[in-house]
Amino acid sequence: MSGAHTKFDLQNRGLLEKMFEPPAVGKMAPVAKIVVYSFLAIWSLFVLFPIYWVIITSFKDAAAVNQGPSYFPFVDFQPTLDAWRINFTADPYCDMAAIARQLYLLAHNSVAFVLSPVVTIPPMEPQICKIYLAFTNSVVISIISTIFCVAVGSMAAYALARIQYRPKFGNIMIFVLLIVGVILATTYAGVPWWMSSAVALALFFFLARALGRHFKMSLGNGDILFWMISQRILPPIVVVVPLYVMFQAVRLLDTHLALILLYAVANLPIVVWLMHDFFANLPIELEESAQLDGATRFGIFWEIVMPLTRPGLAATTLLILVLNWNEYLFAVFLSTVKVQTMPIMVAAKNTGEKGVLWWEMCAVTVVMIIPVIIMAVLLTRFISKGVLLGAVKG
Amino acid sequence: MSYQTNTSQPGASPAGLSSSDRWREWVDRHAGTFFIAPAVSLILIFAIFPTIYSMVFALSRVRFTGDGLKFRYVGLRNFEKQFFGSSEVHFLGRTEPFSIFGMLVFAVIVVAVLWWLYRSWKTATWVRMLGRSISAAMAIFLGYILCASLLSGNAIGTLYTTLFYVLVGCFVQFVIGTGLAFLCSQPIRGRNFFRVLFFIPLMVTPLGVGFAMRMIADVTKGPFEPILGVLGLQDWVWSASPWSARFVMMICDSWQWIPFIFICMLAALENVPRDHVEAAQVDGASSFHIFREVTWPQVVPVAVTVLLIRAIEAFKIMDLPNIMTGGGPGSSTESMTLHSVYVWRANDMGSSAAIAYLLLILTVVVCASFFNYVVLGQIRKTRA
Repeated sequence: MSGAHTKFDLQNRGLLEKMFEPPAVGKMAPVAKIVVYSFLAIWSLFVLFPIYWVIITSFKDAAAVNQGPSYFPFVDFQPTLDAWRINFTADPYCDMAAIARQLYLLAHNSVAFVLSPVVTIPPMEPQICKIYLAFTNSVVISIISTIFCVAVGSMAAYALARIQYRPKFGNIMIFVLLIVGVILATTYAGVPWWMSSAVALALFFFLARALGRHFKMSLGNGDILFWMISQRILPPIVVVVPLYVMFQAVRLLDTHLALILLYAVANLPIVVWLMHDFFANLPIELEESAQLDGATRFGIFWEIVMPLTRPGLAATTLLILVLNWNEYLFAVFLSTVKVQTMPIMVAAKNTGEKGVLWWEMCAVTVVMIIPVIIMAVLLTRFISKGVLLGAVKG
Repeated sequence: MSYQTNTSQPGASPAGLSSSDRWREWVDRHAGTFFIAPAVSLILIFAIFPTIYSMVFALSRVRFTGDGLKFRYVGLRNFEKQFFGSSEVHFLGRTEPFSIFGMLVFAVIVVAVLWWLYRSWKTATWVRMLGRSISAAMAIFLGYILCASLLSGNAIGTLYTTLFYVLVGCFVQFVIGTGLAFLCSQPIRGRNFFRVLFFIPLMVTPLGVGFAMRMIADVTKGPFEPILGVLGLQDWVWSASPWSARFVMMICDSWQWIPFIFICMLAALENVPRDHVEAAQVDGASSFHIFREVTWPQVVPVAVTVLLIRAIEAFKIMDLPNIMTGGGPGSSTESMTLHSVYVWRANDMGSSAAIAYLLLILTVVVCASFFNYVVLGQIRKTRA
């Protein structure tokens, strides 16, 4: 500054000026600092208090909750582990080997499912206590579904950023009409669903080959991208009842596969939206030179493009993982016994005969939110570097 | 995209090309299809197909029988029921009697919307005119319901409860979230700590939030019981009156969603070049002026996009009212999703699908209008 401007002349300032004027450019005045810190502190309390309350309630017993509020462990109530014991060890099958057993069961049932057209292997029934079952289910479903969703979504996003597509408008209309035909035939005329869809698929390929060249209007990559992203607008309640009927028809109700597929589809728009932005911002020269060296598209994608977008990929994966972990509506409609997830376990504590058992419910909630808080801390590190900002700018 | 390949016949391939090479080449030639096919088919099977299938539910009377579902076509009767029939009060609220004040406001709304439509009459193409007519029709319909129910002093239905969560909730969350982001973007110590801390509520399970909030808002066992006692409100129960229940619901929703606005706006504010702000500071501009003239114009495109995303998610609200009040008192905190779920549980699958479809139409029209007239406008303005 070299003292050219009197406003920032540090030596000749009165007390009021010292309090209300910033000491240097890019610094804050002391009073402003106090105001900012007090607002942030108030908001921190507002954020932390519900979480704190859930955690301390999980260490209370029925008496401590029903007496009225008590705020500090060891000061105005005696913490116990009752709620944790009821949830995690009271069930006869609850021990640490239970998780291993559940994983074995999953593997067994998956093999049985894959081989079911060839040989019939009786599926194992779950033998362990509900909470471990739900926890392993949640972990398995959200991780597999996240990997699947990110893989499929980033492939589509990459293709939309680099390859030109020109789907004919007429072909799309034919496809929609055929879907309507399949639905009408199945619901009102009683044709088996597999027969009508096979006929419709064959008809579509035939008609698209025969009539496709006569259609003039076609869509571009931007339209496809917009179509994919706009799927997020669709409220899940619209599709959940038809999906129930569909999964019932193919006997996939109450299986891991159904939830994995649905979670992946629900989050696909987010993946495509975020990843498309990362791919579009990569320099294209690298890929062009790799192509000249004879690399295939898939080789370029896996070995050059994906490593370059690693921060974006990690941030997207974490975000989807959290969304999958918390998903409730699909789980409550499509799972009955075997694939209950953690959110359902939490919700189930709402309907006890003795009213809501706050302390038990809090213990389950704490187990649910601890992994999420760890992921939130990891995710903010990416967001603070502006990794996810590009897509929001549109 | 052609599926023809002439290298599939053995012996026809050029010398030196093994069959695995040919296979690789074939895959590479159709890479475009393979890249996009999984995503497209997943969306077609699990989003587009059920959406169309849902229409069959909405147009039918559905019964469970021994061998599956039985559909009987009933036309638009399920939709008719929501607007003129037995569940009109549930869905739209009470629209009688129409007060003088309501009529006046409605007249103003109609004139304003028609004027907006008339102004674009000469310049717009017919596709844009169609879009604008749909937006205008929706605006007039929503305006009519608003004036006939809320402004005439009648109870509102699940339609306006949902809109209350979306419009008022988004506004409150946006103001507080942006304010916090502005405070956090100041040059202070511990910025990263606050960033992580404020981000956490977004990640907590909505169900968990519902339970925690219900516990905290409990008037006898919750932590604020002594405070209510001091204020002389021991007998006050927030869940007994419709509006206090709705406001509590909105506050709890805000606890969860302010972090989303906060984190996006903070990233946007930090992206504003610091030297612009510092140059304004040297020129002696007050911090309010700096915010309005330098910072704000640069973050508006992000702000409207974030609002759009938030609104899209807000239309789907279900977990919180389900857990905290079960939709009560009466049906005054029910969102449309929850309304649909309850109707489904009462085995009226046709009406349930019809309500879900109405929610879809409402969401699409409101969000598309916002996107076309606000978001695109702002993006164009910054690019120009």
